[in-house]
Amino acid sequence: MATLPSDIAARPVIDNTVEDVVERPPAVLGGFGFADVTERISRVNENRPPIIWWFLLAFSATWMAILGGLIGYLFLTGVGVWGNNIPAAWGFPIVNFVFWIGIGHAGTLISAILCLFRQKWRTSINRFAEAMTIFAVICALVWPGIHIGRPWLPFWMAPYPNQMGMWPQFRSPLLWDVFAVSTYFTVSLLFWYMGMLPDLASLRDRARLRGACIASVAYGVLSLGWTGANRHWHRYERAYLILAALATPLVLSVHSVVSFDFATSQLPGWHTTIFPPYFVAGAVFGGFAMVMLLAIPAREIFGLKEVITVRHMENMAKITLATGSIVGLAYSTEAFIAWYSHNPYEGFTFMNRAFGPYAWSYWLMFSCNVFIPQTLWVKKWRCNMKWLFVVSAVVTVGMWFERFVIIITSLTRDFVPSSWGMYVPTWVDICMLMGSFGLFFTLFLLFLRFLPMVNMAEVKTCMPQAHAHHNASHGAGHGFVDQHEGEQDEEAQA
Amino acid sequence: MSDADQPKLFVFPRWSNLVIPALVLGAVAGMPYIVLLVGMIGAPSTLAVGYQPQQPIPYSHELHVNQLGLDCRYCHNTVETGAFAAIPPTATCMNCHHAVRTDSAVLKPLYESFRTGKPIHWTQVHDLPDYAYFNHSAHINKGVSCVSCHGRIDRMGGDGVYQHEELSMGWCLNCHRNPAPNLRPKNQVTNLMWGFDLTEDEAQQLRDLGLKDVKAGVDLTDEQRLEVGELMFKKHNVMDRHQMSDCSRCHR
Repeated sequence: MATLPSDIAARPVIDNTVEDVVERPPAVLGGFGFADVTERISRVNENRPPIIWWFLLAFSATWMAILGGLIGYLFLTGVGVWGNNIPAAWGFPIVNFVFWIGIGHAGTLISAILCLFRQKWRTSINRFAEAMTIFAVICALVWPGIHIGRPWLPFWMAPYPNQMGMWPQFRSPLLWDVFAVSTYFTVSLLFWYMGMLPDLASLRDRARLRGACIASVAYGVLSLGWTGANRHWHRYERAYLILAALATPLVLSVHSVVSFDFATSQLPGWHTTIFPPYFVAGAVFGGFAMVMLLAIPAREIFGLKEVITVRHMENMAKITLATGSIVGLAYSTEAFIAWYSHNPYEGFTFMNRAFGPYAWSYWLMFSCNVFIPQTLWVKKWRCNMKWLFVVSAVVTVGMWFERFVIIITSLTRDFVPSSWGMYVPTWVDICMLMGSFGLFFTLFLLFLRFLPMVNMAEVKTCMPQAHAHHNASHGAGHGFVDQHEGEQDEEAQA
Repeated sequence: MSDADQPKLFVFPRWSNLVIPALVLGAVAGMPYIVLLVGMIGAPSTLAVGYQPQQPIPYSHELHVNQLGLDCRYCHNTVETGAFAAIPPTATCMNCHHAVRTDSAVLKPLYESFRTGKPIHWTQVHDLPDYAYFNHSAHINKGVSCVSCHGRIDRMGGDGVYQHEELSMGWCLNCHRNPAPNLRPKNQVTNLMWGFDLTEDEAQQLRDLGLKDVKAGVDLTDEQRLEVGELMFKKHNVMDRHQMSDCSRCHR
């Protein structure tokens, strides 16, 4: 363990949101040393969980059980239990699928893109966000699996040689979805798990030393024999970089492919070239809102305010603001194109969205995603955790309604008035949506309890102690010149 | 950390070194196993072909078709006009059996059925899934022979009819995507021997169609069969392969 140079330890930093042109504000507050970080984060896994954790787990698990029961009911009865019908054959299930897939994008963005851009503040939240990605993709994958009508045949989505002489339709974006989402899930899972190895090994060693046998064996098996050897670290860093490079295109590709489900169709309101960038921006937007929604209570409950600092939250709020503004621009572009294209169907679709029978959902979406996040321009508000929590919740609702607006308004009002109809969800639809949140939060609460929720190993690398010689004179044997230059670039970016 | 603390920490036991070879072995051996399991053991060609249920009467197609020369359509009389090839009523059998072999022990269920008016419970051999719409007349009238799907029924004896082809979807599509090799002149559809040891009439018909080097008493080569099939493809207005392999062609 490195000892703390006294000049750094003595410097009390309380507000790291203040921009200092001379020195980058610290990513970890409270005068923590390396051991303090390990202690502070591991104790979440080692101590008894707070009462509120049990309460939240019971609540989420109940909803998860309701989801399971309703899936059984659906399988026994058929898709008629949903509100899906012609013309709106894609009801809540696809709305929920697109919503959950989108949520996952923030995790990949934080872990991959911010990693490649050397944004070190990501280390406090990346584990967390990656876990959220995994669980969101699991929640998303539930929907196509149960929406196929014959749920005992989901393997037909995969191309495999079979006696029917049939292959999936390779020209269909629905099949591209299968590949995009399964690749996304695999890479995210590998990234998440591989990044966790050093921390799992820490937990393993701590578990053995405090005499917790089961935990020691469980963390021991999961950490795959990590000893912290030089060679381990070397390979770890290489593999991490490779996975980051692999995951980076996925941030852009997955939701682009999901948007193709709509964009390649002929339906007014879907048949738009703006969809891929618009969906990706929306996905990152909704994903960051979800990370904040989870992080704000978690840092409060588990006492991690010094590790997940206000600056982290502020940075995420800035990304939310930026992507939210892109989403607002996309909405406005749709309106502009509806007028500029002189296409009567496009024009009608826009008027129908804004003033038709589902106008309430359009304006709900617009206010949640565009108007309310604009308050984050004000620093005082984006550093106010209560307000940030409210905005995150509002954005989550808004992004769900964005998918609702896109899918429902276009399907219920297509070219021919004789094929118009209305879509009304049933109680099963609504309870299953709630149930998918139950599944998500159950998985997330279990993660908080049993796995290291902050990347201890990487947080330490961006603490001041890791660069103790930063301000020292460049004497003989100094081997970090390149790194210093890199850091100055980061400061320019941050 | 001192050396004394070391043994306390979790280390993988020595036997866990075997896990990786076991996983590799499992993958190496498991892949062919799964391929075998799915591709061969579970395939219709394994499960369905050769299915030969016991029938209430050991009716011999070999005797009636091959030796006595009955045409398929004498009993299965709806095959040219209907979706189903009728299983003949008892009365059809009685056309002859009112006089032939009336004291036979194996024919008892036949006379029982005739006396009581209750049909004989034949067991269905060729059973397609209910979601596949199959029409016999559509095939017969385009020149697809009985033998293409049912095999040499005229050689199936007293043990009963058995399933000769796998009747899977891939098998159907093999022909739907390329029907020509299985097409022949309409009047030869129920002639299970067509193409082998040609009679003078058959040879003449083929010469009239424009085939060269066709003589009575010889077999048709594969190339000649294909040539006939392609001619019939045009003559019978068979749809092109894209229409023929459309989902809704069979699943309505």
